[in-house]
Amino acid sequence: MTFQTMIIQLATCFLTTLSIFSLTLLGAVPLGLAVYFGQKSRIPPIRWLIKIYISIMRGTPLMLQMMVVFYGPNLLLGISVPKNWRFLAVIIAFIINYAAYFAEIYRSGIESIPVGQYEAAEVLGYSKGKTFFKIILPQMVKRVIPPMTNEVITLVKDTSLASVIGTVEMFTKAKQIAVAPRSPGMVTFAMAGLFYYVFNYLVAFLMNRLEKAFDYYKI
Amino acid sequence: MAENILSLNNIRKSFGTLDVLKDISISVDQGEVVSIIGSSGSGKSTLLRCATFLETIDSGEILYLGQKAAETKNGKAEYARDLKQFRSCFGLVFQNFNLFPHYSVMKNLMDAPVSVMKRSPAEVREEAVRLLKKMGLESKANAYPCQLSGGQQQRVAIARALVMNPKILFFDEPTSALDPELTGEVLKVIKELAEEKMTMVIVTHEMAFARAVSDRVIFMDGGVIVEQGHPEMVLGNPSEERTRQFLRNYQRG
Repeated sequence: MTFQTMIIQLATCFLTTLSIFSLTLLGAVPLGLAVYFGQKSRIPPIRWLIKIYISIMRGTPLMLQMMVVFYGPNLLLGISVPKNWRFLAVIIAFIINYAAYFAEIYRSGIESIPVGQYEAAEVLGYSKGKTFFKIILPQMVKRVIPPMTNEVITLVKDTSLASVIGTVEMFTKAKQIAVAPRSPGMVTFAMAGLFYYVFNYLVAFLMNRLEKAFDYYKI
Repeated sequence: MAENILSLNNIRKSFGTLDVLKDISISVDQGEVVSIIGSSGSGKSTLLRCATFLETIDSGEILYLGQKAAETKNGKAEYARDLKQFRSCFGLVFQNFNLFPHYSVMKNLMDAPVSVMKRSPAEVREEAVRLLKKMGLESKANAYPCQLSGGQQQRVAIARALVMNPKILFFDEPTSALDPELTGEVLKVIKELAEEKMTMVIVTHEMAFARAVSDRVIFMDGGVIVEQGHPEMVLGNPSEERTRQFLRNYQRG
């Protein structure tokens, strides 16, 4: 296998990595907000459930969670799963895992906003919903960008965990290529690492730009 | 007779076992400027927070323009179902300004009237510009709160309260978070409002200011009103020993 073929194969599978990455963000960013609201629910059982959920998501490996989501429905519940279940299971596992972390980041961002902001809004007649979406949420977004950058970068690297249930994203492909006869061997892993590094460099750059875009005000 | 704007009747409020307000009654008429003085922990800020619904009272009555916002039934305070109409009666200026940092000065002034009161943006903008001019801040309309000094921020906060056209304006230690150099510009604005007969209740530690601006001074201590009356009387020649003691300590400090 030539170097060029190897790069093309890695790049092709990097598209799978990219789709795990972007679908996870697309799902987990809003779901995290819903989880935060659940944590703050007036109904105690909802609060308990959310607490248990976050505790499990943070307390067990994502790799294991992915296996439970992938094998669980069939082996534990006897449900026949759809054909593309492998990929769906990866996305579901990533979304519910990252939503738990995002919810905690949102919580820290929201709880660091001074109570005076709520009081000023209340006296001015803002409803609870308007207070949250017009006053609190925009300030929360600014505050959570640095910790979110960390999480997003971790997510890029975590996509490689999908190989545990046989999803052929870039890392799985790199392993396959490296052990194949007459392959570039270890160079494959170096190139895979380069892919991750360059992509994360881009992520960090964009998040930094986003952070700067919020510099027009201070909290 | 001047119209009654605010009546607080027999207000009681406790935090746990600590009785902060013990049967307090205050009535404020149209155009009156009332200053509330007293040491920390006397309950004066809590009283303001009860009047503005930021704290709920345990018992008593709160009336705005003769309408009951809260009353006591079977020994428990009950609030009117829709407090929105009552909230539109008053404005509150906080010690820490509490401007919205992500909004420009203009947006701080315009957002509540437009998005909450559904007033026309053009009309609100006109009024906001007029108020900023009055506050000496017409050049700061597009600035963000972080770009302003404390005194400027507090004047924006006063304008933000005024653009809602309140019947009464509450001030909770409006200059306590400011450098001595900056208190003057805020006090000057409040003084101008007093000259325009704006109804105001001001919790303050600025005795000279209270004396100059108020129609009535209330001295609170330990959750009760110890003494109230004309500023010259309460501050110049108090009849209660506790008031004299407070003023002595104050002058010494």
